[in-house]
Amino acid sequence: MMTLWNRQILAIMRIDLAKTFFAKRGLWIYLLALSPAVPMLLHSLLDRHEGNSDFGQDVQIFAGIFQFFYLRIAIFFGCVGIFMNLFRGEMVDKSLHYYLLAPVRREVILVGKFLSGLVASVTIFCGSVLVQWCSLFCHHPASLLNSYMFTGPGASHLVSYLVAAACACVGYGSVFLAAGVLFRNPLIPAAVILLWESADGILPALLKKISVIYWLKSICPISIPSPKGNNSILNLLIFDVDPAPARVAILNLMLLAGFVVVWAAIRARRIEIGYGSE
Amino acid sequence: MDAIILDNVSKFYGEVLGVNKVTLSIPPGITSLVGPNGSGKTTLMNLIAGLLQPTRGGISVCGLSPSDPEHFFRTLGYATQYDGFPRGLTGWEFVRNYLRLFGFSPKDTERMAWESIDRVGLREASQRKIAGFSKGMRQRIKLAQAIAHRPKVLVLDEPLNGLDPLARAETIALFRELGNEGSHVLISSHILHEVDLISDQVIMMSQGYVVAEGQIRGVRDEISEQPMQVLIRCDKPDVLASQLFHHSQVVEAKVHADRGGLLVRTHHAESFYKLLNRIALDGVRIESVAPADDDAQSIYEYLIGSEESTK
Repeated sequence: MMTLWNRQILAIMRIDLAKTFFAKRGLWIYLLALSPAVPMLLHSLLDRHEGNSDFGQDVQIFAGIFQFFYLRIAIFFGCVGIFMNLFRGEMVDKSLHYYLLAPVRREVILVGKFLSGLVASVTIFCGSVLVQWCSLFCHHPASLLNSYMFTGPGASHLVSYLVAAACACVGYGSVFLAAGVLFRNPLIPAAVILLWESADGILPALLKKISVIYWLKSICPISIPSPKGNNSILNLLIFDVDPAPARVAILNLMLLAGFVVVWAAIRARRIEIGYGSE
Repeated sequence: MDAIILDNVSKFYGEVLGVNKVTLSIPPGITSLVGPNGSGKTTLMNLIAGLLQPTRGGISVCGLSPSDPEHFFRTLGYATQYDGFPRGLTGWEFVRNYLRLFGFSPKDTERMAWESIDRVGLREASQRKIAGFSKGMRQRIKLAQAIAHRPKVLVLDEPLNGLDPLARAETIALFRELGNEGSHVLISSHILHEVDLISDQVIMMSQGYVVAEGQIRGVRDEISEQPMQVLIRCDKPDVLASQLFHHSQVVEAKVHADRGGLLVRTHHAESFYKLLNRIALDGVRIESVAPADDDAQSIYEYLIGSEESTK
């Protein structure tokens, strides 16, 4: 049975990966993923031109953009686009019955679609982390880069960012996949989840642990220094007074995603085709 | 075990009735599901195929339930009326990817996909994107998908919509072939004159209810309050009419519009045919006698009313 399920999951992934990677309507996700690379590259070019490069400052810039923009905006909305479309997009296109009429358990369909979303999002967003990294640090002398990457903490920082981006895809992906299964209008749950994630800084300790961003911030390797002045909203978004150890954060994020996917799989058994009302 | 069984099935969309208290046992062969738009045909087909879940009642197809999809959908193929396809696929990919979901080997997948595409006559166009297909080609590729895994039960929602006359004739021949092979072929149509050409039996629906089921002639025989209409082709229809008026079996007789025959309405078909034999001996040359209202259109009008049947 496992072999059959594996073959079916692979078949679903082949169909969905092609759609996710090559769909014209998914172009904005690539642009969103690569959008931080543009200012980083400009910064590099200006620094090189002015001979004014501060490696420590660039490490902080990367950390700030990653935590403040990339995790919270780019990956969040990218996952909305990728994962909500896996089911809701098929309903809008009136093509979900294609999968439901095959001898595949609904749970297997859901897992196949989730994995295809995951492969696509991790490839796009982790790929973009590498592009951003190169864009920001490419203008520094090779000796400095070598020393940072191979004798300093650079490699471990890069791996942490990649893991954080991948975990963000797992966490947000599972949540938006479930939202696509449960809700007709994806914008409402996306807005509610965005508000919840943004309120992470002011939530009580117990509640913040059921947000994705709390665990993601714990995986990030660099603490951002407090912005000068009394910018309390920014402080709330960036800082975490009580971070979890990275391994615990990864494990909890996986558990959270697993729970959400299982719940969505149970709900997927009750999906009915009612395109007329979409 | 060899029938499609619906046991007191109802489906409501909130307050709105989809189908109500449907109990059917559909044997192998070609069965047409007939009714105007909104009568519940698609809802019934979606229920049979497990795309909808009944509010009440139970459904089994050859002893299998949609809650066991791994076995159920190897037995059933469904060409829906939905004109939606996964984006970006060619006709060939559409059928091949569907077969991949069954877990067949790549070699079997390819062979079965080509066989079904050939069966609907779409080999040449199959490498083109479905988005560029005509309505008739989309209908045929959906049919190819539905038959690709050689299901024992085939459910087809308005399969002849959009087909040109040649493709229509070929598709009807394919239905007959499948029916003769012992498959269940359940076809919905709101074009009633098509049904007579295709079906072994009919299920007539109106406003969510099954109003009649069975072989067309059998259903007609059961509508006893409506006199049978018989068309008699003969050389002297006015003479024949004057002779028939004297007999109590005849409710109405009128000369056909082409003046080459007589339309007679009678409550007692058997005794009327005996009477006709006697009259034929009295000098009227009768060429043919045939029931004129045992087609789906007439039966539907008797049962539901002419207004609905033409919607």
